[in-house]
Amino acid sequence: MDLTLSPSEEAFRDELRSWLESNHPGQPPKDDDARAFQWRRQWQSQLHKGGWAGLSWPKEYGGRGATLIEQAIFSEEMVRGNVPAPANVLGLVMGGPVVIHHGTEEQKQRYLEPILSAEEIWCQGFSEPDAGSDLASLKTRAVKRDGGWVVTGQKVWTTLAHEAKWCMLVARTDADAPKHQGLTYFLMDMEQDGVDVKPLVQITGESEFNEIFMDEAYIPDENIVGGVGNGWGVAITTLMNERAGLAFAAQAALKTHINDAISLAKSISHDGRTAAEDPLTRDRLAQLFIEAEIFRVTNYRGLTKIMKNGVPGPEGSLGKWQWAEVNQRLMELALEIEGPYGQFAEGSDYALGGDWQYQFLRTRANSIEGGTTDILKNIVAERVLGLPKLR
Amino acid sequence: MNFDLTDEQQMLQAAARDFLAARLNSEKIRALAETDDAFSEDLWKEICDLGWPGLMVGADSGGQELGTIELAVLFEQLGYALTPGPVLSNTLAALALQTAGTDAQRERWLAPLAAGELRGTLALWDRGHGWSAADVTLEPESSNGGVTLNGEKLFVLDAARADFFVVGAKGDRRFIVERDAPGVTVTPTPTLDATRKQYAVKLDGVKVDDDAAFGGDGQMEDARIRAYVALAAELTGIAQRALEMAVDYAKERKQFNRPIGAYQAVSHRCAQMLLETEGARSASYYAAWAADNEPETAPLAASMAKAYASDAGTRVTGASLQVHGGIGFTWEHDLHLFLKRAQSDAVMFGDSRWHRERVAQLAGI
Repeated sequence: MDLTLSPSEEAFRDELRSWLESNHPGQPPKDDDARAFQWRRQWQSQLHKGGWAGLSWPKEYGGRGATLIEQAIFSEEMVRGNVPAPANVLGLVMGGPVVIHHGTEEQKQRYLEPILSAEEIWCQGFSEPDAGSDLASLKTRAVKRDGGWVVTGQKVWTTLAHEAKWCMLVARTDADAPKHQGLTYFLMDMEQDGVDVKPLVQITGESEFNEIFMDEAYIPDENIVGGVGNGWGVAITTLMNERAGLAFAAQAALKTHINDAISLAKSISHDGRTAAEDPLTRDRLAQLFIEAEIFRVTNYRGLTKIMKNGVPGPEGSLGKWQWAEVNQRLMELALEIEGPYGQFAEGSDYALGGDWQYQFLRTRANSIEGGTTDILKNIVAERVLGLPKLR
Repeated sequence: MNFDLTDEQQMLQAAARDFLAARLNSEKIRALAETDDAFSEDLWKEICDLGWPGLMVGADSGGQELGTIELAVLFEQLGYALTPGPVLSNTLAALALQTAGTDAQRERWLAPLAAGELRGTLALWDRGHGWSAADVTLEPESSNGGVTLNGEKLFVLDAARADFFVVGAKGDRRFIVERDAPGVTVTPTPTLDATRKQYAVKLDGVKVDDDAAFGGDGQMEDARIRAYVALAAELTGIAQRALEMAVDYAKERKQFNRPIGAYQAVSHRCAQMLLETEGARSASYYAAWAADNEPETAPLAASMAKAYASDAGTRVTGASLQVHGGIGFTWEHDLHLFLKRAQSDAVMFGDSRWHRERVAQLAGI
């Protein structure tokens, strides 16, 4: 066991820090989503020119070929420096790796560079109104026609669909095959008449997500990734990369929020003492601090395992579940510390400041997005503990 | 950055697991629990031959001079096997002497302990007081060329089989007291966990020479940190075993024509047990690493580990009992032995709430 950074890892971190010192872009404009997104595109193109986009991608495809530890360091440093996220997150974390693993040489030449530069934004069309946790039961149909496929159906929870050029779409190409085998992974051009995007407003009032309606949208044969009927396996690669790629950023953000909550608890007094001096609040803050630290350590333990076995294992489910739970409990506690003041709308003259109310609402999604906690427990029970399946 | 155990550490892990599995089964543990002192001369001799009491003792005192990660590796296996007898008590006495004992004391007491010729145990906690060093009330009175000790120490492990006690006094001082010294009375105090016996040690005008004294404020902290790590690791091993028992049972026990592990009420409970067991493991090994490599974070890491593992140990054994249903509530089933050891480990050297308060202080809350 050695939990220190090696000299080359330290060098990587120092190089990143000094690059960020002279290239930190500040924060995107508020109150105008379209302008903010344009700003993030600019920022990503700057990251790309500096050699910091596609960190995990092999060098031959324009990435940095960074090790897992370096990727973890990168995520932690971005949060530590309060650096805004690039525009094309889904392309970088999921789309690119899928094309690199399963794509043809032509596809690699065509798609990878515009992902890195944020010229072409990507979104992910997996979930449907009737196919959430049971993703393989999805109904969107693709029918063979004229050197391509015609797609009809509906997708939901599609982040960035309104900005995207390409959609990673899983559709049913064989209605008679067993449900996991009749699926195909397509790259669908979003800029066509058969595709209609409608924003979904979530409980925070924002629209991170969209619905996509496809009415005879056309996808040429050369846009299939991994071959007809292999969509499930390709999709799983995407999801595994998502989980592994996001864990370290999630951990660093959690740490920041814990520290903010501690400051909050020290700044608010009830009954003649600060919330941090109240033994019950103190005990809960300490417990959350401990669990956040354990989440960090468990992530690093997981990395050691991935480096040995090559792929992320089902243990990643434990981390995502734990993160969602700690995050939610933390925001509940922060609002509790604010007491009745936690109700005031953010920006109100009476509000205490900070974005706890927003975080409280946004973290309700943590135990749903990217695999519900309930499904993750099934995965842990069946694939880690080997318990029998109910189905 | 690498979380793997070294080849040597993996060998220690495998050797401990295999040895304990070969020597200890339910009948053996129960038979020892029913004796007065849970002590087996033969088992102890073999354990000493393996060098466990001297695991962290310096080579100059005949020990193996291994680190805190090895300590965690060993104690995880000791917990997994529910090992009866005085490994913990001797390890903690050795740690105290190794950390702060004088050269002469190490030669006189520590070297024979590492060799298995003498046994020692800590006698720190005064009757009616808590786990903090500041809570120790015993105040030695100066007498000719030494001190006189009066008081009553509780939670003294394996005292009946100890040759000497490391007695705690105000100001985090320590005094070595021989069990046979005049004025020492050892009384068994039966506890929940019958596999590791505890005693009250009464000191009634016990005279000790000045050369029996060591320690002092700030000097015992390293030993305490390692005690937290050892207990957290033992709790991890207990939780691991209780989890495996639950999963095995959930696969084989059928109700409504299905293994009960197919029902989510049961399988999700098992998943929760895994989450807590892995969390305890992460925290224990991180603390073990910090104890040897990052002294500035070690106190925080060790209290995080003891807090989390204390809860995990008691909760996972409790959850395992629930998965077992009625059979888990019987004396005949082994589960209660693990539940009781977890309870004992969880309160020893500070319970989870006590350690969370330490975390709060060290983390600047």
